[in-house]
Amino acid sequence: MATPLDSPITFTNVSKAKWWQSGLFASQTGYVLLALIALVVVMNFASPYFLTEGNIQNVAKNFSFIAIATLGVTFVIITGGIDLSVGSVMCFSAMITSMVMTHISTPGMPGADWFVHLADDGKTVIANLPGLILLVSILAGLGVALIVGLVNGFCIAVLGLSPFVTTLGMLSIVRGLGYVVSNGRGSFPSGPEASYFYTLTSGVVFGMPAPFIYLVVLAVAMAVVLHHTSFGRHVFAIGGNEKAAALTGISVVRVKIEIYVICALAAGLQGIIICGWLGSAPANMATSYELNVIAAAVIGGANLAGGAGGPLGAIVGCVLLEVIRNGLVLAQVNSYWQQTLVGVIIIAAVLVDRLRSRMA
Amino acid sequence: MVTPHDAGLAVLELKGIGKEFGAIRALHGVDLRVSPGEVVGLMGDNGAGKSTLVKIIAGNFPPSHGEIRFDGKPVHFARPIDARAIGIEVVYQDLALADNLTAAANVFLGRELTRKVGPFALLDHKAMAARALELFGELRSETRPHDLVKQMSGGQRQAVAIARTRLSNAKLVMMDEPTAAISVRQVEQVLSLIHRLKEQGVAVMLISHRMPDVFAVCDRVVVMRRGEKRADKAIGDTSPEEVTSLITGAKEAA
Repeated sequence: MATPLDSPITFTNVSKAKWWQSGLFASQTGYVLLALIALVVVMNFASPYFLTEGNIQNVAKNFSFIAIATLGVTFVIITGGIDLSVGSVMCFSAMITSMVMTHISTPGMPGADWFVHLADDGKTVIANLPGLILLVSILAGLGVALIVGLVNGFCIAVLGLSPFVTTLGMLSIVRGLGYVVSNGRGSFPSGPEASYFYTLTSGVVFGMPAPFIYLVVLAVAMAVVLHHTSFGRHVFAIGGNEKAAALTGISVVRVKIEIYVICALAAGLQGIIICGWLGSAPANMATSYELNVIAAAVIGGANLAGGAGGPLGAIVGCVLLEVIRNGLVLAQVNSYWQQTLVGVIIIAAVLVDRLRSRMA
Repeated sequence: MVTPHDAGLAVLELKGIGKEFGAIRALHGVDLRVSPGEVVGLMGDNGAGKSTLVKIIAGNFPPSHGEIRFDGKPVHFARPIDARAIGIEVVYQDLALADNLTAAANVFLGRELTRKVGPFALLDHKAMAARALELFGELRSETRPHDLVKQMSGGQRQAVAIARTRLSNAKLVMMDEPTAAISVRQVEQVLSLIHRLKEQGVAVMLISHRMPDVFAVCDRVVVMRRGEKRADKAIGDTSPEEVTSLITGAKEAA
């Protein structure tokens, strides 16, 4: 049905945006990244220890401990939502994983004989099928995260409750459940497969901490999903104009439930990894981590009003927070200053973005 | 001269459409025919039943009485998506665009082109940008597919919203107050967009309060008042004065 064009379309009235006015360079992520590089250079001169291999590994490991959850929260923030329950979910998933592992590794416990048997000496516990205990306990931890995500998504997308209130409630519910199932006591992963668990969560692969490798893989996957799939496009569209997204036939309810599930699963995985690093899952683990996670996402350019954000920003935000923490320690500044400085940076990053969009 | 209207090839035909909301009679006995390539202005004061009629045609809710025929066949819509599937598109007053996405992304929103990469279906950015540029070309709009909608003028935004309807080769496009909130120069652009749709044989229903716009682009004007169709006249046989008196009720029917 196309009519032939009289002449090819020209753009005499519409100028093209300059390269530095579009894409990464014009985004908050871009100049927070610049700020981070500047900070690294300054730190390098300020402390000879900063760029040593040991310290870099340390930083990489530490920021990986919140970065995976930050990726998940970034999904939610892009749609204009918020998830305050991530800290509680981290703890609950970690706790369930370690409790399930301990339970099914103890001969005599109900159901445990499917997984383990005693060796001939009557003391050594041997797994029936290597890897099964590990798999089941991690799936149990992720399973409870999945349920929390489904409930969050159902309340927000189907019942239409506000994300803030729903996930604030869930923060309390899940933390409470954690205390209920553990009776307030921490638990630690034990049994014949606990050593695999520690290797997987806090081991070193090719000279890099294992959590860092998971983070990179997940971040790349997230970038592809956000920018190269219909689902990612719909996530951005819902954050930009939810009504428009619905009018064009996007299933807003489904996408929203999916992102809250993704967020909860990311938090659950993060919790399980932290548990491996700590060697236990205390009942007060990851308390108030949701604030660090959201702060990192926001510093990295995720817009709480929705419509902007990405994995690079999430990671840059986490790295910036960790480099500041690490830098203050190396510079022997009283570590209580840390929180104050983080707060200043959150406001500064958002302020600079506001000034820039006013000037544009 | 035989206009498409006389020739009897209606794309949309309404017979005795009525709608009640509880005790309120919003529409009563509306007959209407729209032919391909015809631009029909739908006018009426607030509460006259214009938007109820548009919503019935768009599939937002079913009529209480009467029959809708599209392309000669009777149709029933359960949801707006059913109406869209057979070729009825609505350009909403607030345009329903996502500001944070590019023009091409908005045009293809909800029906993205994908290509298979292994087991995954990834977006085909190149094909979507090329098709969007083609559509903007047809509409003579200087709009770049990769520009963000939030950086665009009102006229460009209209072009994006209208390009979306062209994507599916809609046979009937209903535009709700497209010229209500934009500058004079942009109004010109929008009216020329309507001309482009007409050239390509698309039937357009223009819902507008702006008399000059209706008289500039429409072939026919339909006036609604108190839920009934009071007039249906070729634009050459009427005048803004007559239409105004029909809208206000100073003249009962024509």
